[in-house]
Amino acid sequence: MTIGKLSAGFVAALALASLPAQAASVKIGFVTTLTTPAGVIGRDMQDAFNLALEDIGGKMGGLDVEVFYEDDGFKPEIGKQKTDKLVQKDDVDFVAGYIWSHVLLASQKSVLGAGKFLISANAGPSQLAGKQCHENFFATSWQNDQTPMAMGEVLNKRGVKSLYVIAPNYAAGKNMVAGVERSFKGKIVGKDLTKWPGQLDFSAELAKARASKADGVFVFYPGKAGGAFMKQYQQAGLNGKIPLYSVFTVDSLSLPLFQKGKLEGVMGSYMTQFWAPDLDTPQNKKFVDGFRKKYNRYPSFYAAQTYDSMFLIKSAVDAVKGDLTNKDGMRAAMAKADFPSVRGSFKFGNNHFPIQDFYLREVVADADGNWTTATRDVVYKDHQDPYAKDCKM
Amino acid sequence: MTWTLLLEQSLNGFQLGIVLFLMAAGLTLVFGIMDMVNLAHGSLYMIGALLCATFTEWTGSFLLGVLLALPAVLVVGILVEVVALRTLYKRDHLDQVLASFGLILFFNELARIVWGPEGMAIPLPAWLDGSIEILPGVPYPTYRLMVIVVGLAVAAALYWLVVKTRTGMLIRAGASNRTMVGALGVNIGLLFTLIFGLGAALAGLAGMIAAPIVQANIGMGESILIPAFVVIVVGGIGSIRGAFIAALIVGLIDTMGRSFLDVLLGTFMSANAAETAAPALSAMAIYILMAVVLFFRPQGLFPPQGRG
Repeated sequence: MTIGKLSAGFVAALALASLPAQAASVKIGFVTTLTTPAGVIGRDMQDAFNLALEDIGGKMGGLDVEVFYEDDGFKPEIGKQKTDKLVQKDDVDFVAGYIWSHVLLASQKSVLGAGKFLISANAGPSQLAGKQCHENFFATSWQNDQTPMAMGEVLNKRGVKSLYVIAPNYAAGKNMVAGVERSFKGKIVGKDLTKWPGQLDFSAELAKARASKADGVFVFYPGKAGGAFMKQYQQAGLNGKIPLYSVFTVDSLSLPLFQKGKLEGVMGSYMTQFWAPDLDTPQNKKFVDGFRKKYNRYPSFYAAQTYDSMFLIKSAVDAVKGDLTNKDGMRAAMAKADFPSVRGSFKFGNNHFPIQDFYLREVVADADGNWTTATRDVVYKDHQDPYAKDCKM
Repeated sequence: MTWTLLLEQSLNGFQLGIVLFLMAAGLTLVFGIMDMVNLAHGSLYMIGALLCATFTEWTGSFLLGVLLALPAVLVVGILVEVVALRTLYKRDHLDQVLASFGLILFFNELARIVWGPEGMAIPLPAWLDGSIEILPGVPYPTYRLMVIVVGLAVAAALYWLVVKTRTGMLIRAGASNRTMVGALGVNIGLLFTLIFGLGAALAGLAGMIAAPIVQANIGMGESILIPAFVVIVVGGIGSIRGAFIAALIVGLIDTMGRSFLDVLLGTFMSANAAETAAPALSAMAIYILMAVVLFFRPQGLFPPQGRG
């Protein structure tokens, strides 16, 4: 009996003692794709987030940081379930991550409705930039339309008059097409939206592209579909016939595979991006060197944005000195974008999407013969997405 | 639309159909003869592709890679049959679906551990990697032509096996009436293992053939498994001939839908509406075909004799 009472008291005391300990940590949920072939993207993001956690010494605002990783399985419904779990069961303070626009759109309500902060480390759907913008939503990446808009400008400069567009049929694919259509001044002679993520064989689309006799082909195929597309472009004999202009298709994750598969046609091809591994900012140097040292490969843009998202969260928690109940203080701190970013200093727009520069990058071999990209030109200075005006914030 | 484009797209459809046929042939045999729903058929496709990629890397030759990977997939298939599926023949379809779905998860995780999430690209020899002119001014990828040739050769060999040999006779008999074949003293257990191994090798071959086009990846089997099921339902379950014809029909419909539907819809609706409707409709086309076939001919277009 006494032992029973004693132990009950002991348990109660423990429970009390553990209460302040719980409050003394910042909880961050991170949703990305860790299974399916897209898991290679998720792994890059997870690696970058872990590296960032190490680089800030595992602390922000005097509190310990706890990260909960969840896998969305590349499916909106699973992404939403995992987000619900993070918000309700783990009671996290921030939810970050999200590769895919359709997953983010399905999940956003679970986070924002519960009054938590949502940080997109990649997806930038037009909906969240425009009418559905939210005070607690921030993006450390870009709005989907911006990068293809930059590519449209490049095409204009290079005198491309007619363009054939191929992209996957989902939220981001449609934004990418809308983006290039917005800035490209020539004629779009053909457009294919393919089944996503199932379709990996583009024989019919490539045959149409060739028959269209366009001056250029514009594509957006993130992840493994990009590799398949590049390979088939080469097999169809289109390399050197019709120049290929891509966004989010050739990256540090796919280039080593291309090199192994001897896809020489990718060499010298152009893409636009807000960031590049050779970008000359102190934070980028620290990030790229640290990443290459720790993981022995180049970080992708996914990793760069993810690395930034940790520092954005840190800037919020630091500003309120660890008082996580002070949401207004944290929001105001994040809106200032007052943290060292890999892209250099930038501002958030009214919709909390970055106003930032976009660069033209070319695929080259580095000093060791590894394929990577080099920055060639600045396409846009301080570019804001076209949906910001629809956002009432 | 020009005639050369139509020709090129027909070849593309044909080539897709051939890959589907290799998948569907094994699936229809296993489903038709053993009455076994094997969702893990797609995993054998993936294992074939990944093994071929590995062997190609070791030997430096794609052809050697295929020659080494084929018997390897055959062994994997037989192992799967002996270890996991054999006990399930007498159980109902739901148990089989659950168990073979479990196998999919198992193989995907295995592939992730062994090959990593990024998958593998298979470099082709130079003579296969380019394109040749099939008509003046109409280049076509050499590799896809090869796929068509190889696929037709395999189809011919299968035809010979099923129609001209004693084993084939037993396979056909099994498709028509399993119990009777058993009652006549045929070693059904051995026949089943053989059929399963054959189906596995065909699925693996389909994976090896597809890998240089779409790369070898985790989960690549799932995306082709569903069209393969459509093929066997349309063709008639258990019928190799049905699988062949249905595969070509499905391949052609899918490719033609992707190629010409936007132009076709554009003739009677606004360009914007056609642009939105075409991808959605072309993605549905093969399922609409299946629904129509199921409505008018539930047994499929070419069911095995004695069952239709």
